[in-house]
Amino acid sequence: MIDAHLPVLQVAVPLILAPACVLFRNGRAAWLVALLGSAWTLVCAGLLLAHVVQSGPWDYAIGGWPPPWGIALRIDTVNSFVLLLVATIATVVIAYAPRSVAAEIDAPQHTLFYSAYLLCLAGLSGIAATGDAFNLFVFLEISSLSSYAMIAMGQDRRALTASFQYLVMGTIGATFILIGVGLLYMMTGTLNMADLAARIPAVGETTTVRAAFAFLTVGISLKIALLPLHLWLPNAYAYAPSIVTAFLAATATKVAVYVLLRFFFTVFGASFSFTSMNLDIVLLPFSLVAIVAASLVAIFQSNVKRMLAYSSVAQIGYMTLGISLFNLTGLTATIVHLFNHALMKGALFLALGCVVYRLSSANIAQFAGLGRRMPWTMAAFVAGGLSLIGVPLTAGFISKWLLILAALENGWWPVAVLIVAASLLAVIYIWRVVEPAYFKPMPAQAVRSEAPLSLLLPTWALVAANVYFGLDTSLTADIAGLAASDLMGAPR
Amino acid sequence: MSPTTLAVLGIAIPLAGALGIALCARRPNLREAVSLTTATAMAFSVAALFPAVLDGARPELQLLEMLPGLSLTLIVEPLGLMFAMIASGLWIVTTVYAIGYMRGNGESHQTRFYVCFAVALAATCGIAFAGNLLTLFLFYEALTLATYPLVTHKGNDEAKAGGRVYLGVLLGTSIGILLVAIVATWSIAGTITFRDGGILAGKASPFAASVLFALYMFGIGKAALMPFHRWLPAAMVAPTPVSALLHAVAVVKAGVFAVLKITIYVFGVDFLGDTGAGDFVMWVAAFTLLAASVVALHKDNLKARLAYSTVSQLAYVVLGATLATAMGVMGGSLQIAMHAVGKITLFFCAGAIYTAAHKTEVSSLDGLGRVMPFTFTAFLIASLSIIGLPPLGGAWSKWYLMVGAADAGQTLMIGVLMLSSLLNVAYLLPIPARGFFRPLPDAAADAAAPGYEVSAIQVSRIREAPLACVVPLCLTALGCLAMFFYGDAVFALLAPVIEASTLSARLTP
Repeated sequence: MIDAHLPVLQVAVPLILAPACVLFRNGRAAWLVALLGSAWTLVCAGLLLAHVVQSGPWDYAIGGWPPPWGIALRIDTVNSFVLLLVATIATVVIAYAPRSVAAEIDAPQHTLFYSAYLLCLAGLSGIAATGDAFNLFVFLEISSLSSYAMIAMGQDRRALTASFQYLVMGTIGATFILIGVGLLYMMTGTLNMADLAARIPAVGETTTVRAAFAFLTVGISLKIALLPLHLWLPNAYAYAPSIVTAFLAATATKVAVYVLLRFFFTVFGASFSFTSMNLDIVLLPFSLVAIVAASLVAIFQSNVKRMLAYSSVAQIGYMTLGISLFNLTGLTATIVHLFNHALMKGALFLALGCVVYRLSSANIAQFAGLGRRMPWTMAAFVAGGLSLIGVPLTAGFISKWLLILAALENGWWPVAVLIVAASLLAVIYIWRVVEPAYFKPMPAQAVRSEAPLSLLLPTWALVAANVYFGLDTSLTADIAGLAASDLMGAPR
Repeated sequence: MSPTTLAVLGIAIPLAGALGIALCARRPNLREAVSLTTATAMAFSVAALFPAVLDGARPELQLLEMLPGLSLTLIVEPLGLMFAMIASGLWIVTTVYAIGYMRGNGESHQTRFYVCFAVALAATCGIAFAGNLLTLFLFYEALTLATYPLVTHKGNDEAKAGGRVYLGVLLGTSIGILLVAIVATWSIAGTITFRDGGILAGKASPFAASVLFALYMFGIGKAALMPFHRWLPAAMVAPTPVSALLHAVAVVKAGVFAVLKITIYVFGVDFLGDTGAGDFVMWVAAFTLLAASVVALHKDNLKARLAYSTVSQLAYVVLGATLATAMGVMGGSLQIAMHAVGKITLFFCAGAIYTAAHKTEVSSLDGLGRVMPFTFTAFLIASLSIIGLPPLGGAWSKWYLMVGAADAGQTLMIGVLMLSSLLNVAYLLPIPARGFFRPLPDAAADAAAPGYEVSAIQVSRIREAPLACVVPLCLTALGCLAMFFYGDAVFALLAPVIEASTLSARLTP
């Protein structure tokens, strides 16, 4: 019975549980609800992925109203993979939450935080699951509004301005997306993605559709923080509570990349996006500049959270680069990196959360001797850093390998060289944290003060995932390969 | 035990040893005992592979597969086995020496030192037995990271600056250049497994092969080809046992070993010779060879002089590879073994001089030969071996390199090799000459003063470094001698490596 409704339950359960959180006065009870909600999405996502890989895409009409009257959910390889990613990260992060939230967010706001967290999870899952372009916008707003609220809960007063900045930029992005969807509706009379895909070719050569394409591209690029539309991201990540940073860094931008893929490949179709709109040529320079410039900026940050935020901007460049290479390997690399980057940034930000929990600061100056003060935390940070650099035996290596291979398939040598050169920049900024941690003495009065186990275990779960997916790629590379060939429209 | 188990043990034993050393941190004697036992066990497990490999066995083991065709694989072949045997054998001697040196100089953080040493050896063994480029790359990086704490052991600003250069150059070249070359190889050949006769033959155009070969040679920063040689002198801030085993044997030889391995098993000697892909690098190697020798002439710091000498001697191996003849490759391979034994002796001597007399500059060594006769005799023997004089091991490698150059028709390279030997004489022999023939500065001063007989008697007394330092360096000096007489054993082991080449007709008289 429940089986038949998995797609909608994936989204609806956290959505319904979110207001339930507010009913509790007690932060602990609200946490339990959020934990249950997240764990539920994880179970759902696992079942959905298994179903989709076995028996192909799953169309689900909400409330039994078939499209175009009702809202359709459509689960295929691409989005079930993204759903699994979001649910996994949400579960790990919420398991980490209680102590970190207690330390960084005022007690009266705890229930509100968990409520916002579930809303954000519901929004992100909804974006991934839906087969309706307008519905996608609605879920995008749900996730965005809840994330503005979560970012504003940061202790630093600058969190408010960061949140406001994100709100302004995010709203512009969302509006652009809405305009794009509206223009498409005007031309085709439908909001269902499958119908859109069928009708757009007939009207593809009109200015309206081209304008819609442009609006969507810019709007989504704002959401994924593609340079130069990334300005909201560093502040938002740096001043949000650690746990929010970890959650958003690992999921929000990834889901936005998925939206990009969905619109360009499914709705507009690869041939329209790339052949008549030359999306590859548009994305390539921005991706390359993002990779190099953001990595360079990351090197000069003194706040580690901010440093990793800039690193995220660079890593997003890798993902869009994979798209702009426009071959199967490149697209696979994008989808694999979407997953792997969530794992590595999740691990890094959670480790950083441990540091903030003990030292109440993520400043690089505080890291002196941290290798001895918090050995497990720093070891997790190093492991996450190695994965970020792309050292073999970590997940990051698999993404880099596929991406370089894709560049060479096109014969683009300079791009391949640039990718590895950017890895070197990653070596430098990670090293800037590792060197004081291990090769500088502790401050005189400092004692060994490892983070509590309830923070370390989720962190290390993600670190273990980084290693595991560097060794066994049957879940990541194989499914991403399937998803990529689905998107490219190649026969299975 | 099966050969594959032995190969895995070669990597696992030092790793387990590292753990054991860390656990014995509070009991130095036990810790050093663990260190020695580990070294001995590793040497035995590696040496136990010798008979099987000599019989033509090539044990192969796939540890895990990440993407289809992209795996961690170990293959034991003669060249790698020779490298592993040299490294593990010299580790025993170095451990004894390190105990004497570290205690004699009262160094701190000794546990970290021995742990990193063991991990570095595990990585070295992994490089030696790597079955494909990815495995090689992985252990290569692990070796860089494991040796970084050893280079910066002193922890002062100079050590940190040296460490930055070390890490920057080695990681920079390997990630920035070597990795690109590996992915490109995969992209061209569809495989990165080391195979007899190479995997690129017939798949890469001569131009692509030239570019790729240059990428490999410069990407392997550990081979210290100019302009990527700066890390090696920078690494000399490390304690001398580190310079001895790692920067004369394990790390630098890992570099040139990778050069040979890639030349033989990725390009194939014939393919390289036919396409002329190695020509450009050959000139770079020749330049490095001479330039580094000239720089060595000007260095007054003993370890810096030895470091530049190493840069020069490593270029011999690269030169041997780029000659792309069977004999050139054989000469390069022999050079790995011969130079290792010779250079480790020289570094041992430098460390012994520092421990006993606290002298680091060549110009201050006057007369020390009479105070430290064993050390300086060993230095002389090792110098002669590096120069390439019979009856010392170094003679063989120089011999085959010359034959290789003649086979390749590179008359000019023969000239380069001869000139370089002269330069070797010029920067190495003055050191023992000063030690033996110049008077001690104190003695000279005292001779003018009354009552000089007394002080003359005092200074003529032998004051060697601790026994744990002197015995290893005497052993390795004898090793230089032994390598001359047992050169044929090494040759027999390596012969199959170049048999695949059509130019190996000379091998079977």
